[in-house]
This record gives sequence, C-alpha cells and structure tokens, in this order.
Amino acid sequence: MTSAVTFQRVSRHYGSVRAVDEVDLDIAEGEFFAMLGPSGSGKTTSLRLIAGFEQPTKGHIEIFGQTAEGIPPYRRNVNTVFQDYALFPHLNVIDNVAYGLMVRGVPRAERTKAAEEALALVQLPGYGARRPGQLSGGQRQRVALARALINQPKVLLLDEPLGALDLKLREQMQEELKTLQKSLGITFVFVTHDQGEALSMADRIAVFNHGRIVQTGTPEEIYTKPVSRFVADFVGSSNVLPPELVERLTGNSRWASLRPEMLKMSLKASNGAMPARVVSTNYLGSTTRIALDMEGLRLHATVAAGTAVPAMDETVYLSFDRDRLHLMDDER
Amino acid sequence: MRSDRQTSAPLGLKLAAAGGLLFLHLPILLIFVYAFTTEDKSYQWPPPGFTLKWLGVTWSRPDVWQALGLSVRVATISTAVALVLGTLCAAAVSRSRFFGREAVSLLVILPIALPGIITGISLRSAFSIAEIPFSTWTIVLGHATFCVVIVYNNAVARFRRTSGSLIEASMDLGADGFQTFRYVILPNIGTALLAGGMLAFALSFDEVIVTTFTAGQQQTLPIWMLEELVRPRQRPVTNVVAMVVVLVTLLPILAAFYLTRDGDQVAGAGK
Repeated sequence: MTSAVTFQRVSRHYGSVRAVDEVDLDIAEGEFFAMLGPSGSGKTTSLRLIAGFEQPTKGHIEIFGQTAEGIPPYRRNVNTVFQDYALFPHLNVIDNVAYGLMVRGVPRAERTKAAEEALALVQLPGYGARRPGQLSGGQRQRVALARALINQPKVLLLDEPLGALDLKLREQMQEELKTLQKSLGITFVFVTHDQGEALSMADRIAVFNHGRIVQTGTPEEIYTKPVSRFVADFVGSSNVLPPELVERLTGNSRWASLRPEMLKMSLKASNGAMPARVVSTNYLGSTTRIALDMEGLRLHATVAAGTAVPAMDETVYLSFDRDRLHLMDDER
Repeated sequence: MRSDRQTSAPLGLKLAAAGGLLFLHLPILLIFVYAFTTEDKSYQWPPPGFTLKWLGVTWSRPDVWQALGLSVRVATISTAVALVLGTLCAAAVSRSRFFGREAVSLLVILPIALPGIITGISLRSAFSIAEIPFSTWTIVLGHATFCVVIVYNNAVARFRRTSGSLIEASMDLGADGFQTFRYVILPNIGTALLAGGMLAFALSFDEVIVTTFTAGQQQTLPIWMLEELVRPRQRPVTNVVAMVVVLVTLLPILAAFYLTRDGDQVAGAGK
C-alpha cells in the first residue's frame, strides 16, 4: 500500500516549547486517519505541518513520496477544512467553493458548474447565491467541505471539523463524512479531542500526548489494548487498576486496564471475589453504568438492560476473568 | 438610552441645543456670506451689497491656483504614501509576532499624539542638518507622519476583525501571496483603507502647523490664506477659497463617515 503522508522523526519547537517532538507517522492512501489527544498535545500542529502552514524544526515529511519541507501550502495537493470554517465573508457560497479554481484561472462558467456539483456532493444544492453569514453552522461546515474538495486533493485535512456543531448534527455529519470518504477514496486526516468521534469514524487512530504519539492503532486496538494509563484514561471508560492491586491478582507489578463490561458483579461473596460499594447507577438505555468504590478505588461496571441492578450503597462482590486484564506501561 | 414614553424635551434644553449648534456653525456661514460682499477692505456687517464678481476674480488669480495645486499634490502624495506604509505596518503588527511589536505600534501612533509644532520643529532642524532644500517632498514628509497613523489605525482595526485563517484558507486553496492579497485581504480591508485615505487627504489638505516648518517659501492653500488675511486687498477672495476648502474637506469626511458607519470608527478623527 502506498503511503499518503509519512513523518520521520518530525519535531516542531517554538523556543523551548516542543509542540511536536520526534513524531513518526505513516498514513496509508485512502485511509480515514484520526489524530486524537487533549488540547496542546501536538495534534493540530501535526496537521498544520501536513498543510504547510508550519515547517518542521527537525525531521522529514513526505506527501505521496515527495518531500514536503519548503513547499508552500499553495503548491501542495492537500486541502484543509478549518475549525472555524474560514469561509470568505465577502464572497457568496458559489464563489467561496469555486475559489480554488478561480485562482488557477479556470473560466467562470466551468468553475461555477464544478462548484454546483461540489455543493450537490455535500447535500447543499441551490445555496450558491447566499453569503456565509446567512448560513447555519452545519451549512457552513458543508460549504467548507465542498470548497476543500473542489481542488480534488490527495489528502483532505479536517481540524476539529465537528467541534462547533450540536450533538445531533455531529452524529449525522460523522456518518456523512465517513460515507463521503469511502465513496471518494481520498485520504482523510482529522484532528479531534473527542474519543467517541475518533473511535466511530477512523480506520486508524494516533493518540497524542505532550507532542508525541503514544499509540497508533485501529479503534479496537486503542479501545481494548491501551498501551498506557494515559491512553486508557483518555480514550475512555476503562477501569485503570494500580500496580499494587494488579500484583495481588497476577503477580505482575504493573498498571492494568479492564473494560467495564468485563467486570462481573454478584450479591454473594465467593472465593477470590472483591467486595465493593455501589456509589451511583446511571441508566443509559441499553445498559446501566454502575460506579463502585473498592477500598477507595473508583471502578465502573455495566449491566445489560433487563438484568437486576444493585441498589445504592449495597455491597457487591466483583470478579473477572484474569485474562481480560490488560497490562500497560506506566506513564507514557 | 431611550425611554418608553415619547416625551419631548423641555423648551430650555431645545433652546440650549439650538444655541450650541448655531455657535458651532454660524461663523462658517458668515464666511460664506462674506464671499459675496461688495466691500473688499474690511469685514463690514451687514454687507453693503452682494456680488458674484469675487468668484471670477479668484478664478483669474494665479497665486490661488498655485497654492491649490501644491496642496492637492501634497495631499495626494502623502495619502498614497500613507496607504502603502500604513497598510504594511498594520499587516505586520496584527499578523505576526516579533520582538518590539508593541514598541513599533506605539511609535507609529506617536506623531498624532505629539503637538504638530514639535513634529514641525524637529523636521525642520533635521532638514537643515542634512542640508535638504525645501520642496514639495519636504512638505509631503511632514504630512506623511500623521497620514500614516490615520491609515494605520483604520487598517489595524479591520485586520483584527478579519480572521487569520482566511489568509491560510486562501493559500491552502492554491492562491499565492499576491492573489491572496488581491482576492481576500483587499476586499476585506478595502472600505477601511478608503475611509482612512480620505481622512488623511482631508487632514493634509488643511494642515498649517507642520507645513509652516517644512514648506520654506512655498505656499499651500491654508498658508496662502493666512498671508492673505493680513493684506487688506481683495479680502473676499480668501472667503471664496475658504468656501471651496470647506467643501473639499467636508465631502470626503462625510463619505468616510458613511462608509465605516457599520462597525469601526474612523480612528484619529479628532486631530
């Protein structure tokens, strides 16, 4: 498989701040790739390095086999959907979408036709004459998408593309983006701090922390086999067990993660089961999420709908399959 | 603030407001009236008679045309210089971070805060030290000091309101630096530049203090008027010229006011 974007030990430093620090990355052609991490973790800077708005302090970047350092943004076959959409306020929707063709000298009739097609692609036909100020957030997002796609980029970069949308619209756009990416076959690289978004949309995820990539893998790998406490904490609802407890259970003094659904609860004490107190129950529809306190350690378990839910402050006995315990590195 | 009840203001307040407005504008109207008087040696009230002959006299006086020509030339060049330098400076200050950015920003605005007489004296001594002879260009230099500020203040306010990602978006879509300026930056700051440019032109056109120090023997229109007032000969000619100056400076300021009404003010309009 061809590589769309590769980073070889790429760093971007601002004075003493290491925004991106020796990152290695390999994004395959046609992949839907997510860069996930908290704010300031270097994910957006990495995206800007691909777009050409930033130049690496050290290291080497290739886009489809071509060296990217020193190539300005306007000579890269890469387009960006900006977080604030960055639609030109003085142009109407058609002229916004056709901008990339206009600066390349494509005649007006031709570029208007292409812009109308691009608008149809993002399900926004007939909005051409409006100004960006007259559109809703979701519509602006679609215009920004059409404008970025009209140049037929090899890589489309999306910076927190759904951050400004409300929940329902966000879920709808997640599906649409995914469908669009599969039908166009373009490599999508998107930046997000929302682990749910990354897990549901991406083919592969890179988890960033402190300017470095902590883990790269499929959503399933990231979810079930986090390499570190940070990933387990950040990616979600996993239980993180401290080394002392893990040593008692397995003889291995390391941090471990355990998915909530692996935790079994019983009202009767049994051999090896650990007592815990129910702190709260949270009804989620198909499951109920139960928060537990075990000797000061906060754990979560889920119970499928239709199963008996323990009451508040009740003592339950916890057990799980030792194989389900996933050992992790300490801090990374 | 607006109250719910539509009450009319008390009579006293109305009279005071009318009085204030009259005090501000009656003298200007008087100047217009004296442009048509038949008495040419002293300003006698009421004017003994009215005539249009001063318009013709003014038209045929070469010194008026010379002064007017110099003023228009100086104002045009100063405004052009200010548009280029002010825009570049505003772009640098609002678009990038560099050492001494705040200092540059302050130093650019300083000339408008300094009394004109200081600017004038310092320029004059600088010219004499450097042995630069007085010319149109020395006047232009003096006027550019405050014209740049006017343009800068207008442009910087607009730059701040324009999102930085617009420029990145333009580059991202394939536009080089020149195209980005032409298609994205200029349309977004255009009205601010127009307003700033017109105000700069108007200020340069009636500037006296800095001009007296940088003009040498040359006469711009305001300087010519000052000299003319001393001479008791064909006085109404001065009034005709004053009328023209009021119109020439008022129209651009009104236009600038209407162009920038929606949002930012014309900064530095108080000079």
